[in-house]
Amino acid sequence: MDTNKIKVLAEGLEKILAGRFVSLHQLFDELTIVVQANHVHSVSEILRDHQDLGFDTLIDLCGVDYSTYGDDTHALGQYDGGRFAVVYHLLSVDLNQRLRMKVFAQDSEFPVVDSVTDIWPVANWFEREAFDLFGIVFPGHSDLRRILTDYGFVGNPFRKDFPISGYVEMRYDEDQKRVVYQPVSIEPREITPLVIREQNYGDSHAD
Amino acid sequence: MAEIRNYTMNFGPQHPAAHGVLRLVLELDGEVVRRADPHIGLLHRATEKLAENKTYLQSVPYMDRLDYVSMMVNEHAYVMAIEKLLQIDVPVRAQYIRVMFDEITRILNHLLWIGAHALDVGAMTMFLYAFREREDLMDCYEAVSGARLHAAYYRPGGVYRDLPDTMPRYQSSAIHSDKQTRIRNQNREGSLLDFIEDFTERFPTYVDEYETLLTDNRIWKQRLVDVGVVSPERAKALGFTGPMLRGSGVEWDLRKKQPYEVYDQMEFDIPVGANGDCYDRYLVRMEEFRQSNRIIKQCVDWLRKNPGPVITDNHKVAPPSRINMKQNMEEMIHHFKLFSEGFHVPPGEAYVGIEHPKGEFGIYLVSNGANKPYRLKIRAPGFAHLAALDEMSRGHMIADVVAIIGTQDIVFGEIDR
Repeated sequence: MDTNKIKVLAEGLEKILAGRFVSLHQLFDELTIVVQANHVHSVSEILRDHQDLGFDTLIDLCGVDYSTYGDDTHALGQYDGGRFAVVYHLLSVDLNQRLRMKVFAQDSEFPVVDSVTDIWPVANWFEREAFDLFGIVFPGHSDLRRILTDYGFVGNPFRKDFPISGYVEMRYDEDQKRVVYQPVSIEPREITPLVIREQNYGDSHAD
Repeated sequence: MAEIRNYTMNFGPQHPAAHGVLRLVLELDGEVVRRADPHIGLLHRATEKLAENKTYLQSVPYMDRLDYVSMMVNEHAYVMAIEKLLQIDVPVRAQYIRVMFDEITRILNHLLWIGAHALDVGAMTMFLYAFREREDLMDCYEAVSGARLHAAYYRPGGVYRDLPDTMPRYQSSAIHSDKQTRIRNQNREGSLLDFIEDFTERFPTYVDEYETLLTDNRIWKQRLVDVGVVSPERAKALGFTGPMLRGSGVEWDLRKKQPYEVYDQMEFDIPVGANGDCYDRYLVRMEEFRQSNRIIKQCVDWLRKNPGPVITDNHKVAPPSRINMKQNMEEMIHHFKLFSEGFHVPPGEAYVGIEHPKGEFGIYLVSNGANKPYRLKIRAPGFAHLAALDEMSRGHMIADVVAIIGTQDIVFGEIDR
């Protein structure tokens, strides 16, 4: 999206959604609005139906667990301190524009964000995925079941406190003649440690 | 009188027409499908979670294994997302190489699709034809990256190395005599570009062959026309992208509408369907064969005339050359840091969507400034398409479900991630 188009869209959003969103910011050529969890449904409806916005397609919906994001990186309004966020990537095929909508769940223990399946039917599976992997609940979803993990899986594997090797492993038991679950026998190894350098370390990025 | 009830049937996960590990629970009224409930996740490998525990460079090969029939295009979205966050430029030659291999990959993907789709519907020959051409294209992959499938050729900042001057050749064996081998190696005497150019000369005739077999074929039309009709409005609401959306008559192609790399320099057309049924989507993809071939030709032409670097010289991101590394202390440190700790990506988030052969393939990357991604979300086109299977197959016969799975071009590597 070119700069002029982003400016027009940003101004349009400020006017049309006045008071219904928390913040609006731009990074690279992408525009992000942060919306309060209780406004998601009404804002989504406006985003789809208003003639200057026309976001007829939901490209992607995903959960993010910000619990280990780090306090130094609040910059650009990407993170407001809540643990779970749902990120919507919207596309308008008719007007050829994109928007990212971000919603932080208010309760970190029991994250709840209203479903948008009645606005964009494609959200159905994406919300099931976020429910499965992050445990975010979407009231209004007609069929909120696990989707990617195994039948009878326990836990939300993409949360940052879920170990990468999981808790249980599966094997075929010769005596019982069936597949059984048992506690994992492997420990996760960290070959390359996670390193965060201070800002502008080296000269790989100029700003 | 006996009570009439719908019954539920299980389809897959080990079924040849399920294109991998799709388990479908079908609710049937006689032979008519009333509800289809796809169960996915049997191939779930938690790629996104694994990527959070690897450096950026170590995750590139994971991208090949998502949609394992269009490997390089997956890598492309991933490296473009990193490049956006790093704000680095890619040399023009690398952009042309990427566009050329994206289109080669598109042909590879569509060849597998037409082969498998026709086989499901009952045309065996197509599968054999399609694999004949796939062989040539996988040789291009092999020549450029050393691997026939999982290339890991695109790197942040460019591509791994320049196009080679020689092609791998066949060797004579007990089955192939010396004379036969010479004939088979005829178009492999020159460089990779010569080989690709030779392929682009031959390929339109092959597409004509496919069309002779299928386009006016009575059985093919009976199985596809008016099956799985999706209106343009509904296609957008269901999140369709790529040929699925174009088949419904919406003129939408990221290569034209939001051009990336050097697609704005290319001349090609976007085919669109009229009725939004399986047959229109078939026609759209057949035309894409020809358009991709056109783009490859233009790239070959440009690449012949313009030598140059193929990866950025910013050694904080891309490795220095082997020779310099052995002679220069600083280059050696760069090399060591790059392959032990990896490069750091400034905090921020970026979404990059590209025109994958199946639709819009997107990478959403959240970074907190570390050497590993904080969150990586892969937006797989097939995920949205398969979610619409229920709606598309309602009221159709069981046999039509197979045709609809075929037309959606499902690959489980990307859906289950």
